[in-house]
Amino acid sequence: MINFVIRRIGIAIPTLLILIAISFFLMHAAPGGPFNSERGVPPEVLANLNAKYGLDQPLIVQLWNYIWDIITKFDFGPSMVFKTRTVNDIIAQGFPVTFTYGTWSFVVAVVVGVSLGVAAAVNHNSWLDYIAVGISIGAQVLPNFVLAPILVLIFTLGLHWLPGGGWNGGHWPYPVMPIIALSTSFMASIARITRSSMLEVLHSNFIRTARAKGLPKNTVIWKHAFKPSLLPVISYLAPAFVGMITGSVVVDVYFSTGGMGQLFVASATSRDYSTMMGITILYGVLTIVFNMLADILYAWIDPKIRL
Amino acid sequence: MAIADQKVQEFSERLVTAEEIKGRSLWQDASRRFFRNKAAFASLIVLTLVVLFTFVGPYFAVWSNEEIDWSVLGQVPTKGVPSFESGHFFGTDDLGRDLYSRVIQGTQISLLVGIIGAGIAVLVGTFYGAVAGYFGGRIDSAMMRTVDILLAIPYMFILILLLMVFGRSVLMLFVGIGLVSWLGMARIVRGQTLSIKNKEFVEAALVTGVHPFTIIFRHIVPNLLGVVAVYATLLVPEMILTESFISFLGLGVQEPNTSWGALISQGASTIQYGTLWQLLFPLFFFVISLFSFYFIGDGLRDALDPKDR
Amino acid sequence: MKHTLIRTSAYALGVASIALFGLSAQAAMVPAGATLADDQTFTMRVLSEFDAIDPQLSETVDAAGVERDLFEGLFNQDAEGNLVPGVALSYDLSDDKTVYTFHLRPEAMWSDGNPVTAGDFEYAWKRLADPATGSPYQWYVTIMGLKNGDAVTAGDMPLDDLGVKAIDDHTLEVTLEQPTPYFTKTTVNASTFPVPKWVIDEYGDDWTLPEHIVGNGAYILTEHVPNERLVRERNPKYWDDAHTVITKTTSLIINDENIALARWKAGEVDRTEVPTGQFPTLKSEYPDSALSAPRLCTYYYWYNETDTGPEALKDVRVRQALSYAVDRNVITDQILQGGQFPAYTFTPAATAGFTPPSVPFGEMTQAERDEKAKELMAAAGYGADNPLAFDLNYNTSEAHKQIATVIAQMWKTKLGVDATLVNMEGQTYFSELRNGNFDVARSGWCGDYNEASTFLDLVRTDSGQNDGHYSNAEVDALMAEAKTMEDPNANYEKVEQIIAEDMPIIPVYHYATSFMIDPGLAQSWPLGNVEQNWYSKDLYRIAK
Repeated sequence: MINFVIRRIGIAIPTLLILIAISFFLMHAAPGGPFNSERGVPPEVLANLNAKYGLDQPLIVQLWNYIWDIITKFDFGPSMVFKTRTVNDIIAQGFPVTFTYGTWSFVVAVVVGVSLGVAAAVNHNSWLDYIAVGISIGAQVLPNFVLAPILVLIFTLGLHWLPGGGWNGGHWPYPVMPIIALSTSFMASIARITRSSMLEVLHSNFIRTARAKGLPKNTVIWKHAFKPSLLPVISYLAPAFVGMITGSVVVDVYFSTGGMGQLFVASATSRDYSTMMGITILYGVLTIVFNMLADILYAWIDPKIRL
Repeated sequence: MAIADQKVQEFSERLVTAEEIKGRSLWQDASRRFFRNKAAFASLIVLTLVVLFTFVGPYFAVWSNEEIDWSVLGQVPTKGVPSFESGHFFGTDDLGRDLYSRVIQGTQISLLVGIIGAGIAVLVGTFYGAVAGYFGGRIDSAMMRTVDILLAIPYMFILILLLMVFGRSVLMLFVGIGLVSWLGMARIVRGQTLSIKNKEFVEAALVTGVHPFTIIFRHIVPNLLGVVAVYATLLVPEMILTESFISFLGLGVQEPNTSWGALISQGASTIQYGTLWQLLFPLFFFVISLFSFYFIGDGLRDALDPKDR
Repeated sequence: MKHTLIRTSAYALGVASIALFGLSAQAAMVPAGATLADDQTFTMRVLSEFDAIDPQLSETVDAAGVERDLFEGLFNQDAEGNLVPGVALSYDLSDDKTVYTFHLRPEAMWSDGNPVTAGDFEYAWKRLADPATGSPYQWYVTIMGLKNGDAVTAGDMPLDDLGVKAIDDHTLEVTLEQPTPYFTKTTVNASTFPVPKWVIDEYGDDWTLPEHIVGNGAYILTEHVPNERLVRERNPKYWDDAHTVITKTTSLIINDENIALARWKAGEVDRTEVPTGQFPTLKSEYPDSALSAPRLCTYYYWYNETDTGPEALKDVRVRQALSYAVDRNVITDQILQGGQFPAYTFTPAATAGFTPPSVPFGEMTQAERDEKAKELMAAAGYGADNPLAFDLNYNTSEAHKQIATVIAQMWKTKLGVDATLVNMEGQTYFSELRNGNFDVARSGWCGDYNEASTFLDLVRTDSGQNDGHYSNAEVDALMAEAKTMEDPNANYEKVEQIIAEDMPIIPVYHYATSFMIDPGLAQSWPLGNVEQNWYSKDLYRIAK
């Protein structure tokens, strides 16, 4: 396994460099720029701004400088929109927020989703199955941009139970609504994938053999069926987890959590190149790492899978 | 030793032919089982009705999807309520446009987006994931790192560049949807393939020298269909909502045309202001269609499960 | 002093009135008999995170609002938008009207105890002009008309040649390129606020963090969680702290206006904007809280008159017809419904000292305009057999979409014009606009200062914001002449008449700001200030 990890890290570096280069050129190829606004600035002011942020140099030079600063100083540059802040500051402030509500949402989604899925599969075509399926589709079809305002209207305006937004350092009860809004649809997806995968495993020959040998049902389910049924769930969870801890636009916009989801969209729409690149790299690193973890988990679930 | 080899080969050949014979009956079998599944069958009917409604509905419409009812404009909460009298069966939107016609037109677009998006995901994602998983090694590594890169690239800029180069059109909307829809599918399929390829029947086929692509299509893909069907139904709502984002950028559906995503988000933004019908009508069609997709997917999964015969 | 200073009678009056006003209008004016609430905090919603809290580096309206609390420039505005003394107590003007000598308030103090000096202003203004600063508001130096402003911002002249100089600690001398009647009005802009050089030198970009920042305003920054909240509390060293009432102002960042309104209803914020179209309902539900006041902004459509634009729009009859067919009352009264005004001129009526002339098409009834529009279209050769078709561009937003949809329907039903709605993400939109890749496109303009030229300069041939590339030599001449005129209004009126005839734009409506505010605070909100330059120090909360 250590060999595997070393090999994967070896591949990760060129992967990241390709990601950086493609993203960098894509961003600069898109129309507009960080200093292009509704009003527009006179050309000489634009020239000064471009000079200050090094945007007057050839793209390839900019890219090189950018990568060089990251490697030598771990410096992701100054934000071009938030004029007194660096990308390091911005991510250091936003990432803990999204990491917190993302991780909680993930835990909730996995625990509830897997439980629902297993319960539904084990009691296939029973009332429990129908309820679990009903809950998971219901949660799936209510988009979170519908759910979020409904939560605020009920819990803030109606019942006065929860604050309508803000993060407040992540103290209770501020993260409650963000976690509900973010976990719901993931929970539903996890439940459905778990249920279908579990059903498939339960119908497979080796489980039938186990049952035929007269092993108790619970032993069969938890000792034999549960682990292999997780395989597709893991495939789904790796990118889902990355998506959750890097934030949700809807959560940030509706609950003013100050996380990376809104930041990502805001920096893209305002062409804050440096912030955009910083978040893209973070996202890329997490994607690579968690997909690697997923591969390691595959080998744990099915020892025949070679890393 | 030679005899043993020969036996294995004979056995495998028989396996292969058996698979082929079964291959034909697989589909018949599956469809029989699918139609026996009440929920799946009922869902198919509901979905058909929704589609029929989008074609028949316009004949009953009093207003087009873009006409503004000037007498309603500005007094939507009171005069824009659903009513047969005014001809606005589903009420009006905030601009006094007929929601009945808009929901019909939005349903057409969004169903198409959902089905095509999920379809691309199924075709491309399954093939890509199965190939990567089956061949493994460097091929897998290169293919999956490509997926990692594509997952992390800021998608918005690709869409903007598509807009700049090709201009707006419904075709570009599908290109935009297709670009991302298959990535998650590829990862899931590849994970399943890694496990399936170690199964006895695949190894047996391998030993007999069956062409790798034949193995993928004959032995691996059929065993993936369950997961693929379920994940595809998860993708449908995702694609339908992705359309809103693509349209936000200017690449997709343009006013006065609309879609479920646009209608639902507009309805959701006004839930405080006494125009709840603006959310409920589009959401109703969205929800019943997604329920239908789910049960159809689930029915397909049950019907296609090769172990369940 | 090298300039011979005389006080012209007009300006002497100005100085005198400023000094008088200053005594009464400066601080929170709690009416006699009103009981103040125990809680004197104010919580407001802002749309998005501040680009910076550095007066010379920020450019957004929301950031300027915070900077007006944390810093103080030469002048402030009162509730009606009139100038009242800030750090400057009075000024003298040279007889050629190009040299202003400001006398600064001796008791003004930074929050760290240092005196506020003329040198702080000189430093700040040079910092604004310095190419190395990279200020997005650098062009403001040109708007102010500072001597050598253009050359210094372009880097062609050293900073020391900029027309600003501290004569002594409390005397600031400002030299202008040419007489600019509205110059003093430009000094209420946040980009002209003084900044503490010693703090900036020590901490660099981090100087605006709550633990480092030093200001000369009525409040000091005590907490800033980006994308979530910004809190400022009373600065006891502020020279007029005794007359300040509000103890703490909090800005909460709430991106979604509907959620913000729900949170207002729940009592979590004291002030939030009214979403489009909701004002009448909210006004009837909360009569004491729903407020609306004119703003110094105009919403309009550009016609592309360059070679890349459609041939049809080069025909003045088509431009007039399209403009006439827009029923502006429908837009203000049935869509926006927040107290906006139908626009027939570019300059809003709210502009100080300027009454827009009544233009012929503004005098007609809508039926007459529609009739005339049909005639004009027919005369231009467009009709059912030869329908006019073009794109109507707007950046993605619910309000822009609504207006474009309705206008396109008006054109379609009245004139048979087929306008295709084209929405684009903001940056793409603006860049297409600048590159001339559009037929008709929406735009909006808010005055940089309260004078008509801030609008009418846009239709000058060489204006950087003339996105439609309209060009009329007479307009250029009138605007050039107006620059130095004692009373330029006659010229402005002529330009408005030419615009109404040439129709380079379709003026649609003049903005209003409409918002919900806690009834206790409503009374002190400066509704009459059309630039909506408000100061926490002038607010107060009355007990219920």
